[in-house]
Amino acid sequence: MNAVFKTFALASFLVMFAAGAHAGETVVSQKNKDFSQKSLKIKVGDSIAFRNDDPFFHNVFSLSDAASFDLGSYAQGQSKSVTFKKAGTVEIECSIHPNMKMVVEVQ
Amino acid sequence: MAADRSNENNSISARVGTSYPPGQGEGSPEGRRPLRSLLIRGAIAAPLVLGAAIAFATKSAERMVYDTDGEAITLEAGHPSLAKWRLPDVPMPENNVSTPERVELGKKLFFDPRLSRDGNMSCASCHSPMFGWSDALPTGRGFRSELLGRATPTVVNTAYNPIQMWDGRKATLEEQAMGPMEASSEMNMDLARLFKWLNDTPGYKAAFQRAYPGEAIDHRTLSKAIAAYERTIISNNSPFDRWVAGDHNALNARQVRGFEVFIDPKKGNCSVCHSGANFTDNGFHNLGLPSWGDPNPDMGRFAQKPLPKMKGAFKTPTVREAAATAPYFHDGSAATLEQLVDHYNRGGVVTTNLSPNMKKLDLSAEEKAALVEFMKALSSPQTAVELPTLPN
Repeated sequence: MNAVFKTFALASFLVMFAAGAHAGETVVSQKNKDFSQKSLKIKVGDSIAFRNDDPFFHNVFSLSDAASFDLGSYAQGQSKSVTFKKAGTVEIECSIHPNMKMVVEVQ
Repeated sequence: MAADRSNENNSISARVGTSYPPGQGEGSPEGRRPLRSLLIRGAIAAPLVLGAAIAFATKSAERMVYDTDGEAITLEAGHPSLAKWRLPDVPMPENNVSTPERVELGKKLFFDPRLSRDGNMSCASCHSPMFGWSDALPTGRGFRSELLGRATPTVVNTAYNPIQMWDGRKATLEEQAMGPMEASSEMNMDLARLFKWLNDTPGYKAAFQRAYPGEAIDHRTLSKAIAAYERTIISNNSPFDRWVAGDHNALNARQVRGFEVFIDPKKGNCSVCHSGANFTDNGFHNLGLPSWGDPNPDMGRFAQKPLPKMKGAFKTPTVREAAATAPYFHDGSAATLEQLVDHYNRGGVVTTNLSPNMKKLDLSAEEKAALVEFMKALSSPQTAVELPTLPN
């Protein structure tokens, strides 16, 4: 009985830990020269993983005051993550394909 | 080809079916004579089997290639997989839907040299219909023949582009229209003088009133009218367009082969940037041209978006009407389509900050020739352009 309880407690802890580890991360795909989400609301400290699902290169960047970054060019299947540390509106684009745009509201 | 064969088979079936007299089923006199019946049925079945075999063989022989989008493309006229190369209707903004009056006014303005400071340069001076709506020069010539830094881009199908200019600094045709008039190195026009003159010219006053009733003659209506005219400069009836629509005879075998090389990422890889029906991703790429190695090279898109990858990157032009718009590249450094293909085949010359889409291609002479032939099949039949009567 004690062993069963211990196993249950350990499993519960692992589930909670795993859920907690991914609570603040959203995956945004780059597919057909578009972002899978045009707008997104997240909290300060959350992350977005930008995954390239197109068979050619993309280059995600932002020059916004709330977050300025350039992930560089990367190929299909690769993903790069950004953690947003400041509240505000972040406009994100692909430098290679300027039609690809999305807006992230960091609250 | 397969569609043709399929139709042939259908017609064979139809003939067999219609020549089979009514009443020759199981209970017919034919049914009471087994040997003759078998012979007749065999005679009927043989062409059907043969037809099916031909259809199967044809189907197996269809050429298919995975393109730069990772999609399976069947190289057969009119095949549904070619749908993404069908040009849609010309898009236009809600506040400047084209009308005959707007197009007519825009045409007058486009060809009117009085819109330049010296009264000798019009939009058409550089964007000439005689040279594929460009100027056939390596880089343009501006005010008093000043040498400009970049090649004159064609106006053809710019109506489809969501971003304009080699560096993308203008979004729409309306935003772009005034640029050359304002630029001191180009038409170098005194805008105050221009709008006073337009407002004082009865012919223009009436034309503006017909095109934009109740609106002022200013930079907004001037830009709108020129943009409306530019939206009529469209290439959408090339041999390639007709082949995509289903005309088997529109392209020859070498041109189809060239299209295959164009879209195959393991061959030409061209459509990774020259994508879709207008043959552009409207994106920015550094092609590793020799001029990128100059002491102070043109930084291109970097001036608009200061990101490392945008250094020396320029907007992908359409390939439509390529045969009429030599020389090529933003610096006009390729005089012919053959030279252009050779550059890509090398994978670029100055490879600092090279686009990741560029790579050494190792194309054979046959593949390079086929590519050129395919690009020549992207030209629509030439139509005469009637010059407008300019207002006074």
